[in-house]
Amino acid sequence: MNAPLLDIHGLRHTFPKADGGDLLVLDGIELQVAQGQIVGLLGRTGSGKSTLLRLIAGLAQPSDGSVTYLGQPVLGPAPGIAMVFQGFALFPWLTVLENVQLGLEALGMPDPEIRKRALAAIDLIGLDGYESAYPRELSGGMRQRVGFARALVVHPNILLMDEPFSALDVLTAETLRTDFLDLWGDGKLPIKGVILVTHNIEEAVLMCDRILLFSNNPGRIIREIGVDLAQPRNRLDTRFRDLVEKIYVAMTARTAAAQAGLERQITINTVLPRVSANLFSGLIETLAAEPYRGKADLPVLADELHMEADELFPVAEAMQMFHFAEVEGGDIKLTETGKQFAELGMDDRKKLFQKQLLAYIPLATHIRRVLQERANHVAPKSRFLDELEDHMSTEDAEHTLRAVTAWGRFAEVFAYDDDTGMFSLENPS
Amino acid sequence: MRVFVPISVGGWDRLFSRWDILAVLLILGLLVFLGEASRHLFEPLADLQRTPPSLDPANLPEYAARTTLRMLVAMALSLLFTFTYATLAAKNLRAERILVPLLDILQSVPILGFISVTVVFFMALAPGRVLGAEFAAIFAIFTSQAWNMAFSFYQSLRTVPTELVEASRNFRLSPWMSFWRVDVPFAMPQLIWNMMMSMSGSWFFVVASEAISVGNTTVTLPGVGSYIALAIEQQNLKAVGWAIGTMLVVILIYDQILFRPLVAWADRFRYEQEPGIVAPRSWVLDILRRSRIVDRVTRPFALLWRRLLLPRHPDNVEAVRRAPRTRPGWIAFQLGLIVFALSAFALWQALRFFTEGVTFADVGTVLLLGLATLIRVIVLIALATVVWVPIGVWVGTRPYAAIVVQPIAQFLAAFPANVLFPIVVSAIVVWQLNPNIWLSPLMILGTQWYILFNVIAGASAIPAELRAVGASFHVRGWLWWRRIALPAVLPYYVTGAITASGGSWNASIVAEVASWGNKHLEAAGLGAYIAQQTDAGDFHRIVLGIAVMSLYVVVINRVFWRPLYHYAERKFRLG
Repeated sequence: MNAPLLDIHGLRHTFPKADGGDLLVLDGIELQVAQGQIVGLLGRTGSGKSTLLRLIAGLAQPSDGSVTYLGQPVLGPAPGIAMVFQGFALFPWLTVLENVQLGLEALGMPDPEIRKRALAAIDLIGLDGYESAYPRELSGGMRQRVGFARALVVHPNILLMDEPFSALDVLTAETLRTDFLDLWGDGKLPIKGVILVTHNIEEAVLMCDRILLFSNNPGRIIREIGVDLAQPRNRLDTRFRDLVEKIYVAMTARTAAAQAGLERQITINTVLPRVSANLFSGLIETLAAEPYRGKADLPVLADELHMEADELFPVAEAMQMFHFAEVEGGDIKLTETGKQFAELGMDDRKKLFQKQLLAYIPLATHIRRVLQERANHVAPKSRFLDELEDHMSTEDAEHTLRAVTAWGRFAEVFAYDDDTGMFSLENPS
Repeated sequence: MRVFVPISVGGWDRLFSRWDILAVLLILGLLVFLGEASRHLFEPLADLQRTPPSLDPANLPEYAARTTLRMLVAMALSLLFTFTYATLAAKNLRAERILVPLLDILQSVPILGFISVTVVFFMALAPGRVLGAEFAAIFAIFTSQAWNMAFSFYQSLRTVPTELVEASRNFRLSPWMSFWRVDVPFAMPQLIWNMMMSMSGSWFFVVASEAISVGNTTVTLPGVGSYIALAIEQQNLKAVGWAIGTMLVVILIYDQILFRPLVAWADRFRYEQEPGIVAPRSWVLDILRRSRIVDRVTRPFALLWRRLLLPRHPDNVEAVRRAPRTRPGWIAFQLGLIVFALSAFALWQALRFFTEGVTFADVGTVLLLGLATLIRVIVLIALATVVWVPIGVWVGTRPYAAIVVQPIAQFLAAFPANVLFPIVVSAIVVWQLNPNIWLSPLMILGTQWYILFNVIAGASAIPAELRAVGASFHVRGWLWWRRIALPAVLPYYVTGAITASGGSWNASIVAEVASWGNKHLEAAGLGAYIAQQTDAGDFHRIVLGIAVMSLYVVVINRVFWRPLYHYAERKFRLG
């Protein structure tokens, strides 16, 4: 038996924090990729899956553990591992042909060979006739085809895909997925394995042989789900739908498990999702009305609202934090408070929101208390930001403070002036 | 696959296309120009003295060629400096910490200060030959061009999109290859824009750099600058007119055959792909692109260039590149030690230098003179703001006016103050005005235009939607200015004002001392002080003056402009 294509063992990765400490982003990652597999890394934004992809590509080195490719440790960008980027990452000053040739030129191949292989890749991926076009002349879908051709032309053993379809519109993305799967199924692609990072559950089920679910903060693999449906897969097929549902349940189960201990666990230092009060109101109203009447299946709801799971989860999570809703087994259910909220007018909604905010979000209470204790009732943003940064990354701290600021403003619990960077108790009169 | 015939075979019915003829003419002209202009370099200095520059307008084409060649050589050196210095600063964290502040300070050192201090050194490089003086002049022009180019390149390198960097690493481009295929192209549009600014700016100092006079060392290099200097000395108004005309023509020519083609060519390197922007065009570029001869002549060079970019050892393909180097702590320590030792040595040298020839009273005087110049700069920038912001907004909100006014403003920015000396000096003498006040406008003569064309750019960038909102709510008069126009142009205005203020300090050395024939006028100020000490050849006081001026500029940039810039960017930048 050959060595597996890729072998990741005991991988841990940290980012330096502003105060000099380390922030754990990936922990205890074990992953083997065998030949002929498409492996999906599925998780929310911030679960470290893109970071893992970059570690595999050798663009960064893990803090601990090993990445082994065909029995060799990956210590830098390795030959035979090519990547397709979310934002295409094409060089706008090079033509389609030149973009595709770039990787081969770096290999120092003779010119005729470079040209032959580049034209073959362009032909394979359906870019014939576009050789001399510049990326700016192409649509998003065509640009990503160039991205694919550029990666395939170096005949990589492993193709890494970082949310390659998420910057495209729905139809274009679907065309590209099917085209890719057709080529892969027909064995026309010069690659032996694929790792796909995505936050789109259906995309993962459509394309992957194995799906690894990631948790947030730090990113860990919480579950592996095998997909044994035959290609081409049908999104409307019952078994397909069941699998999607199963993943939703698995991902919300995680949230629910966190929720179980939440009443005790939400502290001043919990990272808060940035969800606007308007989105709260909108979703609560939708849930309260027909046909849901207070309870909805998350995949159905996501479909109905044209939201990706990745967008819906933070809202659901925030609604749980405020005790407006409960999430369980892939379903979201309004609480009594949530139903009450739906029936109130604007002013009463604000009052209820204020009550829930002060009762369940300790950071909001904390800010209000600090402001009350100070003689002039003002405090600089940096005071709270520094406090948060002791426990989370600079970015998370910034987001968390913004989230609580927006809620505090909506509930009229405190005010914030961005020019001066000061929190205060007074609202402008 | 297509087979390449080693000569061009298309269009056999015509031996040469008109594009070929035009292209050959262009290139021939360029060669003649280079040969003609560089012919004199190795002549002894004595020859220069024997044939003093004359005001005969027939000499002007040759003078113009020589001046332009100096500027182009300086531009080439500036590019070399930009590619090395800025790259080191952007790629090496340790180097960055020193190089960026250093560049900031270099930028604030008055350009004429560089000439005063270095001329002797350069003359010594090629004793008795014209070459030495040429070096000095070119170095002076270089100092007026290089800094902003290096800054722009550094900032571009720092903002290369992460995905592009990752892609170039993923496809294992060598550092050399990714510099030329990724970094340089990305920085190109901004760099070319700064090259144009630099070229304009350097005209201002051409007069001073061609008619070098430091203490007993006096060299006059043939060129438009020395022509102007001579015309002023001989009170020849007609010659001043000829010189202005020549400048106009030269600026027009290099704009058409150098910068227009560059701008049009660099358009493909724009990273933001915003729609609706008309691609710049250039007839010269069209000719060069369509000509088969040019294509054939340049192809081997293009091939050679491609070869140079390729990795040297194709067989190391399978080698896995090492992880990013981590420098051991002790090397960092040693480097720090070296920098520390160098700084200590420099400090000791500076102290010794000053204690030899400068007293505390001198320092006090110079600081006071600096204050006088500071007040002038503040008042002038305020005046220019009051005049040019409304005009700029007016022009910028009318696209057709903007198309006409932008190039004019850019030409005026290149206009050296010296050519206006006759008018100003005569007026001051005739009406017996106070030179302390009336010489001042010369300082801002060349630099006020930066305010104008930045404000025009800002005003034309106000989204049509915002203007429509203003119109639909009948926001007019002062309210319109206060709520819509002024906030929208503020970030642009600040950028322009920073350039204008720095430029005015620089110009004070030329503008606070003016003469027309035997009439000499002086304003009390730091610029005049430096100019006087340069005439006297008192190196201690020259250096003192330069140091104090740099100090003023750096302090004002740090405590005033920088915070204002960040405030404007944060609060008023649209989109």
